Order: sequence, then C-alpha cells, then structure tokens
Amino acid sequence: MPIKVFIPTPLRPFTEKRDTVEAEGATVGEVLQDLLRKHSQLQPHLYSENGAMRSYVNIYVNDEDIRYLSKEKTPVKSSDTVSIIPSIAGGVDVAVETDIQLSKEELLRYSRHLLIPEVGLTGQKKLKAAKVLVIGAGGLGSPVSMYLAAAGVGTIGIVDFDVVDATNLQRQILHSTNDVGRSKLESARETLKGINPNVVIKTHEERLSSENALELFAGYDVIVDGTDNFPTRYLVNDACVLLNKPYVYGSILRFDGQVSVFDARRGPCYRCLYPTPPPPGLVPSCAEGGVLGVLPGIIGTLQALEAIKLILGEGEPLVGKLVLFDALKFSFRELKLRRDPNCPVCGDNPTIHELIDYDQFCGVKPPTVEETIDEETEITVEQLKARLDRGDDLFILDVREPHEYEIANIGAPLIPLGELPKRFREIDSSKEIIIHCKSGRRSALAADFLRKNGFKSVKNLVGGIDAWSERIDPNVPHY
Amino acid sequence: MKIFVKFFASAREAVGSDNVQVAVKEGATANDVLELFGSQFETMNRLRPYVRVAVNQSYVVNDHVLHEGDEVAIIPPVSGG
Repeated sequence: MPIKVFIPTPLRPFTEKRDTVEAEGATVGEVLQDLLRKHSQLQPHLYSENGAMRSYVNIYVNDEDIRYLSKEKTPVKSSDTVSIIPSIAGGVDVAVETDIQLSKEELLRYSRHLLIPEVGLTGQKKLKAAKVLVIGAGGLGSPVSMYLAAAGVGTIGIVDFDVVDATNLQRQILHSTNDVGRSKLESARETLKGINPNVVIKTHEERLSSENALELFAGYDVIVDGTDNFPTRYLVNDACVLLNKPYVYGSILRFDGQVSVFDARRGPCYRCLYPTPPPPGLVPSCAEGGVLGVLPGIIGTLQALEAIKLILGEGEPLVGKLVLFDALKFSFRELKLRRDPNCPVCGDNPTIHELIDYDQFCGVKPPTVEETIDEETEITVEQLKARLDRGDDLFILDVREPHEYEIANIGAPLIPLGELPKRFREIDSSKEIIIHCKSGRRSALAADFLRKNGFKSVKNLVGGIDAWSERIDPNVPHY
Repeated sequence: MKIFVKFFASAREAVGSDNVQVAVKEGATANDVLELFGSQFETMNRLRPYVRVAVNQSYVVNDHVLHEGDEVAIIPPVSGG
C-alpha cells in the first residue's frame, strides 16, 4: 500500500528534488524503512549510527506528531501522509544575503560566538541578517533586547508607547534613573546602541493593535513577546499563526515564570494552551500583583536564547513544551503540550482567519475609550471626597492584602478579597458601601460579590487608592 | 486512591499551598480535582474555567482519568511582562 511521504526542503537533494515520494508499509516504521531502501542517502539524516531516530527529526502522520501516537509503530493507511519535519526546517528562514559581511571590529566583538562550531561565521551572519521584533520595552523586553543586541542580531524592532516610570526601574534594566519621564523607546535605543552600535534599532511608538499587527510583524523573522496583558498576548499569538511566524512567549508574576515557543507550523499555539482568557482582575498583572525584579531577567534571557536558537537553526526549540519556573523553590519544570485540533486559530478547521477585537475577547475595556463612570455601581475619588466632606455616612471597605495596607491606607477597615466570602457579614449592610483596592479591579470583583449576596447599595471606587493618592491626598504613598 | 496536586502562580495563592496530597475515588478525572479545590476555595473556583491541568508533566484535557500516584499540576495563565 503506497503512502505519501512529504520531504522537507533540506532533504530534497536526496529524493531527486521531489517534495513528495511514495513508500510502502503498514506502520510509520515500515514506511520509513521502505523510504530508505529507495533513497538510501536519507539514512544518516534520519537515523544515527546506532539506528535511533535523530532527536531533531520529527515525524508526523497527517497533523499528528508520532511521539504522541504510537511512535514508529503508528499504523498508516493509504489516505495518510507521513511528513518528515526536521526541527531546523521549521525554524526561521533567515535570508542570508551573500553580501552580508562582518567587519574586523565585528569579527573581534563576536569572537566567543565564532569559536562555537554551532555559531561560527555562518551563524553570526545569520544573526546579522535576522530581524527580531520585541513587543514591549519593559521587564522582559529589557533583557531580551539587550542580549539580542549584544549577540549581534542585525535588526531589532521594539514596540512600546509608554514613558519610563519610577516603578519600572526595579526590573526594567534598559532604563536608568535619569530616564524617568522619557519615552521608553528613546531610552531603549540609547541603551542598545551603547551595547552594540552595529545593530539597527527600529522603534515603533504605537499601541499594538489588530489594525497594525500584521503589517508590523510581516517585516520580522521572529516575534518575542514581552507584553504585560492578556489581550496583547492573544493578538500576538493570532498574528503569528496567520503569518506563520514563530512566537517566543514569556510571562511572569511574583516568583513564577513561563516560557515557550509557539509555532503553529509544527506545534501548538498559545490558544491551544489557554483557549479562554480569564476575566479582568482574576489573574493579577505585575502592576497589581507585583513581581520580583530579577524574575524577568531569568525569563527574558531564556526568551532571547530561544530566539537566537531559532535564527541559528541549532538545537531543539521549546516547541510543544511549556517551561514553568518557580523562583522560590528554584524549580524548572518542562510540560509537554499538544496542538489542539479544535483550536480556533491553528486547528484543523480554524474559525479565526483575521485578527479580532482582543479587548472585547478578554472582556477588557478598550484602553483608548475615555473612562466613563456607571453612577449606579461606581464612584470617582472626587465624588467620594465631596461626599465625605458633606458628612455622608458611608461604609468604606478596603479589599487589598495586609502587606499593602501597611504601605498605605485611607483608614478603611480591611477585608482582603480572598476572605470576603467568609467575612462579608462583618459589613454593615444598612449603609451605602464603597469598596476600594489599589487600582479598582479587585474591588470591582468584591462589589459584584456583595451585590450577589444581597447588598443593595455597593459602589466601586474607580482607580482605587492609586487615584486617591494622585488626585486627592498626595500624603498617601503611591506604590 | 492517592494523588499529588501541585499549584502554580495564582492557583497557589488561591489555595494557600503549593503541594497537596489528596484521596480521590477510582476513576476520578482532572476535572474532579478542580471541582474538589473549587468547592473549598472561592478564588480557585473562579479560576477553574481558565486553568490548565498537566498530569505527570503532560498537559491533559479536563476529562482525563487519573491513576494512583499521579502528579496533577494546576497551572493558571500568567500575563505579566
């Protein structure tokens, strides 16, 4: 029974340049043996001397990696296609133009790369030819872009629209104390040019959106994600799937980090991992939950490492695996992840063929829309101040954590959000209740909870104690 | 049968522990474990639809049937950068 076997570009010289050949067999193993009988020069590329399949060769039956089926014993039928996918073939196809040369200064600068056979002159030229887009010049974007610049990646694009804030300095090592108030991109360009003036830095001072993502990504070989929110992560994922670009993913919170390479051509995508985004406020961002400053240094350098491996076409990329890092336990765990055939963007019958509204998908208010207050359920800090000055009898509740209360508070009783289900009876339900947290997200969840439990008059303080500190009482420390 | 449950990131904070050994009935699924902890911890219950479960270091679907001694990791999404 002849089975179609797909041959990747690097192996076609051994199959008379054909991309598909036929071989006989009832299992993948038998088909491969027949293939090698017909095209014996393939042997050393697929198997090592001791007869084991080479670790960088992946075999698929239709869309499934045989590692997840019955390996070489996986049965095949005549309608199946067996595909040989060497890890490197799915990597980045960096067009190394023949006129890419390294100057004497560059040869010296990259000496320690040139000494490694896996990099060498060819690899260093690939790095110089490569174009990598880094999303966000923040905690992850800092080590990513700095190591890519030092490594000699020829073109580094950075997307950001923010200015440097004092709270960034504890981890965003692209920026210095003197940069507070400056555009992050200007500061980043200065730092990166200082590390390596040979690198072209392209700054994209805009908010990444469904309108600009595809056009922007099209000019790059690898996309490295250092954003801090779910809508952008789903946007980056979908754009990478639609454009067939590898997506180097990293994410951090407090002491936990995640790293993976999503490449829908040969493995799962971010949506295969997390099909549904959590509602706003449930999973805190770094601004809400905090992050140990060194953590993005660890996760970001791992992302830079994966980007460089993709460009070089060396080693095994972190495709189909998610690495979890727990800094407190010092544990790295590698979890196997499979492509979801029902994935709406990379599955067998995708329903997403263009970028969607990611703020809506994640239930987030679009950031450009002016803050409007729902008078029934929300109150601004100015309104609260006026009512307190008027002497209104309000019950103000703080739902942050005790360690936050210790840094700054406005004298309201404290019941942390997590304890509310057990303790909400402590609240005087006869009064109008105003709930606050740091920024207004946790208190919105708390307000919903109280309403569901029969409290009639509950309002969320929009902007939380941050807004109170900023607009009403500067003596309340901002953290 | 005994299984070992590990919690990561916000799931760890939701249950206040990173490592719990529990007894579940034969034939219990990954989803049963999520329900078990969801019924005890309000925040875990709210996280439940958005977390992914890995059994013995491989991600599984929620109706995956567990076996004696399995290590069940509960991994919520993380967005920070």
